[in-house]
Amino acid sequence: MIDAIVVVVVVAMVGVYVSWRAGRLDRLHARLEAARAALDVALVRRSSVALEFASSGLLDPATSLLLASVAHDARSAQNGHEREGGRGREGGQESAPERGSGQELPESDLTRALRAVFGQPGFRSSLNGTEGADELLTELESAAHQVFLARKFYNDAVAATVAARRRPLARLLRLAGGAPLPEFFEIEDSLVGAGEAGQGADMPHLTG
Amino acid sequence: MKVGLVCPYTWDVPGGVQEHIMGLAEALIDLGHQVSVISPADDDAPLPDYVVPAGRAVPVPYNGSVARLAFGFLSASRVRRWLKEGGFDVLHVHEPAAPSLSLLACWVADGPIVATVHTAIPHSRAMHAAEPILQSALEKISGRIAVSEAARTTLVEHFGGDAVLIPNGVSVRKLEKADPLPGWPGAGGALGFLGRMDEPRKGFAILLRAFEMLAAERPGLRLLVAGHGDADEVLAKTPAWLRERIVMLGQVSDADKVRVYHSVDVFCAPNTGGESFGIVLAEAMAAGAPIVASDLDAFRRVLRRGQAGLLFPTGNAAELAAAAGQMLDQPELRAGLSAAASAAVRDYDWPVVARDVVRVYEAVVPAAGRLVVAPQ
Repeated sequence: MIDAIVVVVVVAMVGVYVSWRAGRLDRLHARLEAARAALDVALVRRSSVALEFASSGLLDPATSLLLASVAHDARSAQNGHEREGGRGREGGQESAPERGSGQELPESDLTRALRAVFGQPGFRSSLNGTEGADELLTELESAAHQVFLARKFYNDAVAATVAARRRPLARLLRLAGGAPLPEFFEIEDSLVGAGEAGQGADMPHLTG
Repeated sequence: MKVGLVCPYTWDVPGGVQEHIMGLAEALIDLGHQVSVISPADDDAPLPDYVVPAGRAVPVPYNGSVARLAFGFLSASRVRRWLKEGGFDVLHVHEPAAPSLSLLACWVADGPIVATVHTAIPHSRAMHAAEPILQSALEKISGRIAVSEAARTTLVEHFGGDAVLIPNGVSVRKLEKADPLPGWPGAGGALGFLGRMDEPRKGFAILLRAFEMLAAERPGLRLLVAGHGDADEVLAKTPAWLRERIVMLGQVSDADKVRVYHSVDVFCAPNTGGESFGIVLAEAMAAGAPIVASDLDAFRRVLRRGQAGLLFPTGNAAELAAAAGQMLDQPELRAGLSAAASAAVRDYDWPVVARDVVRVYEAVVPAAGRLVVAPQ
């Protein structure tokens, strides 16, 4: 009799534990999705502001053309990612996590172009007194900063989710279901050179 | 005439556009014109005396790769100063749709502006996004030149209007005489190839198959290859007996390139497409190399329908081997083709091409008035 009670209690405890772990994994996935959405919003905003800058008439045509072409490439990659995600969900299956590789490069390119343009010595003072320049610069700075933060939080969520899913119990019982393993979003997002900003340093402001 | 030429790419890195501008500038000077070239370059870079540096070019992502370009307000003010001090009769910009000095020059100048378009760019949506930005600067161009039919199509598609076709030039003077590399072509005969080995459209794989057929019957025959590419990777795929008869020079200097043309009995251009003009072919002709080339439209035109070099069906290694074999067997055929090539290439010699360009200048200058710096 005692034996039976012990078995029942143990089974119940194991059940509670497993469902708690599954629930935790579920919450982690929800956090991950929210972080990804925030990152997408930040990236879209950054490329929009860059495009706006390119067509503002504040810059010379060569700079405008350069910014427009990289911002456009980033925008196309963002759209590609959205389409891929949408299609995946309709099919009842998440898309393969290869999206990162297609989007990271154009986003890094946009960062590098912004760095080359806005990092020119005296850039800010060359725009002094031009109408609308200050607003756009502030907007761009804040959009770039938002990308920096959103990416940090998204990668945090990825790390937490991956760690939780690597635990033996999660692997054994396939608690994550068919969801693909999330991938880090690795881009260059600092507007100052890699040498100047240490890893994990807060996003410094534009120079000039 | 006082001519201001604008180069969009950094002068110290070799490239087709830079070479074109150098050839044109030197030919114009020889014709008695005053020429100044502005180009991205370090202020302390060793430059010919007709080149004015516009400051260091910045490496930026552009068109899917990293390009070294000059843009921004500092470059614009350098161009403005150069224009002001130059007092040119005509401004001639190259590749004006690249985000660099040429576009800036169109922006800061008013008056007679001539532009040469070099590359064929496929119509992309990115270009579409940039069109309004380009339009206002490019509208000022009064005479447009395309170096190839493909470049002309690009120009017409993107910006409407038409362009005069003036092909790329070659400097016959610099190419016609050179010593062969030591030991070349050798008693057993030699084939030659110049270009990227890893670019399929250059057709190196076709030449390699043809060479295998020829080499099996001709014990002393060798193949001389110059150009970028992974030599080990190529050689790994060829049989060992063949490998030792292929000499890979890799990337060579301009001077050595000329010597390569003079070091072979048969120069092969097995391209399968994409070659709008074939500057390599024209250079080989200028060096008087006997040529066998694919039957591409552009090659057929440059080689005068086969009179200045043998043509073989594009992509066909056996036909290439047959044509090259025929040339190796008949020295008098080679001599005839060499002479015909040297004669045919005169149409592309820089002094001839530069005269055509001057005619474009003369057409735009009276109508467009004086060249001035546009008010900011």
